[in-house]
Amino acid sequence: MGIEILGLPLMYYIAMVAKVLVAFVFVLLTVAYATYAERKIIGHMQVRLGPMRTGWHGLLQPIADGVKLFFKEEIIPSQASTFAFLVAPLIALIPAFITFAVIPFGGVIEVAGYKIPLQIAAYYDTTAGQVFDVNVGVLYILAMSSLGVYGIVLAGWASNSKYSLMGGLRASAQMISYELAAGLSIIAVFMLSGTLSLTKIVELQSGFGGFEWYLFKQPLAAFMFFVCSLAEINRTPFDLPEAETELVSGFCTEYSSMKYAMFFMAEYANMVTVCALTVTLFLGGWNGPLTAAIPLLGPVYFIAKVYFLMFVCMWIRATLPRYRYDQLMHLGWKVFIPVALVNIIVTGIIGYFI
Amino acid sequence: MNPITPIINGLKITLKHMFMKPVTLQYPTERPKVAKRYRGLHALNVSHDKAKCVACYLCPTVCPAKCITVEAAEDANHDKYASVYEIDMLRCIFCGYCVEACPVDAVKMTEEFELANYNRQDFIYSKERLLVK
Repeated sequence: MGIEILGLPLMYYIAMVAKVLVAFVFVLLTVAYATYAERKIIGHMQVRLGPMRTGWHGLLQPIADGVKLFFKEEIIPSQASTFAFLVAPLIALIPAFITFAVIPFGGVIEVAGYKIPLQIAAYYDTTAGQVFDVNVGVLYILAMSSLGVYGIVLAGWASNSKYSLMGGLRASAQMISYELAAGLSIIAVFMLSGTLSLTKIVELQSGFGGFEWYLFKQPLAAFMFFVCSLAEINRTPFDLPEAETELVSGFCTEYSSMKYAMFFMAEYANMVTVCALTVTLFLGGWNGPLTAAIPLLGPVYFIAKVYFLMFVCMWIRATLPRYRYDQLMHLGWKVFIPVALVNIIVTGIIGYFI
Repeated sequence: MNPITPIINGLKITLKHMFMKPVTLQYPTERPKVAKRYRGLHALNVSHDKAKCVACYLCPTVCPAKCITVEAAEDANHDKYASVYEIDMLRCIFCGYCVEACPVDAVKMTEEFELANYNRQDFIYSKERLLVK
């Protein structure tokens, strides 16, 4: 532990790079195979088989899809605003991935005498003996998820096509109205936790053998947050921005090749992020039985919970038809926001008297 | 009714369906079970190494798609036989009237249903191709 760079041991940098690589590759693979899982699950729910031909039971399908999209013709519409058109998929994709920086996916593990917290933007301070992470982690996530809407609006605007524009406008209206409700519903969690740091929130849910989840204390907030998140990432039944019956393909109508694939990756990465966030805030994060004894069980529980929620997303997609636009706005503004406000007040009153 | 119950019922139904056996047939590797009296490709029945057809012209007469061409001729035993018997599969509607009309049980329909070909000429089945192998 001799070498120090900028006052931090070398091991810190190695651990940081390793964490970033592992988390990024893991999220990328999850995104790729989420498309496969979605097709398989929806297929079986419709008493079909889903992809079966590429590899054993279609396991190579995401790779084949990726290769196919990579070799497709790149089209930039002649009347499009080229710079914004090129930059929009990146703006959609990057916030979806960097949100993962603050999500804790495990406890503290020890490698060669150096303690590493399993959260990218965090380090273990040996003198203080505790984990320091971004203490406004949730605000960071909310900020990043609202950045994602810029990509979609920009894509819709830059394409110079009315379908794209309508899709983009719908997306922005929808994301902004549901972000309010989602933000309000997690305020109830902060009133219980008293902190915005995701590590602390996970720690606070570790009682009862890892089952003191905020889901049991705030079931309404958990439900609302999950539903609003579905709306915010444009998943069914709230996938109005790409309602193909009305808008061809919404904001990505004019996109092709890898840029189109980037929008899809962003959508699925957002799904992973939202599920991870719901797990962190309401389902106890990486907590579970025996995590104190075997620290590596933490990531396992975390992944299992995230995958379960992703399954629920796909399950909902296989079940529900798309909402009408006015119903969507009605649900957001007239149902979720008042209920979230009432939830905050009730939490406050109960918190004051207990 | 509250709006939650129907959603939960729907979720129950989809979950139940997920554990059902898929109805998908993996076609080229799995073959469909063809029904017993399926009307597929025609075949000319053979008796004593010759087609049973006596060229009575009942099948081209009854054929609603006018896809059968028959030309009669006389063989060495002075029996009437079909020197030409062609069915144009592009016109045939597989109604099976030819089979019903045949007085000598010379035409039948098989379970063969993969009739794709690369050029139009190949869809006109000559007598040799129609004979029961």
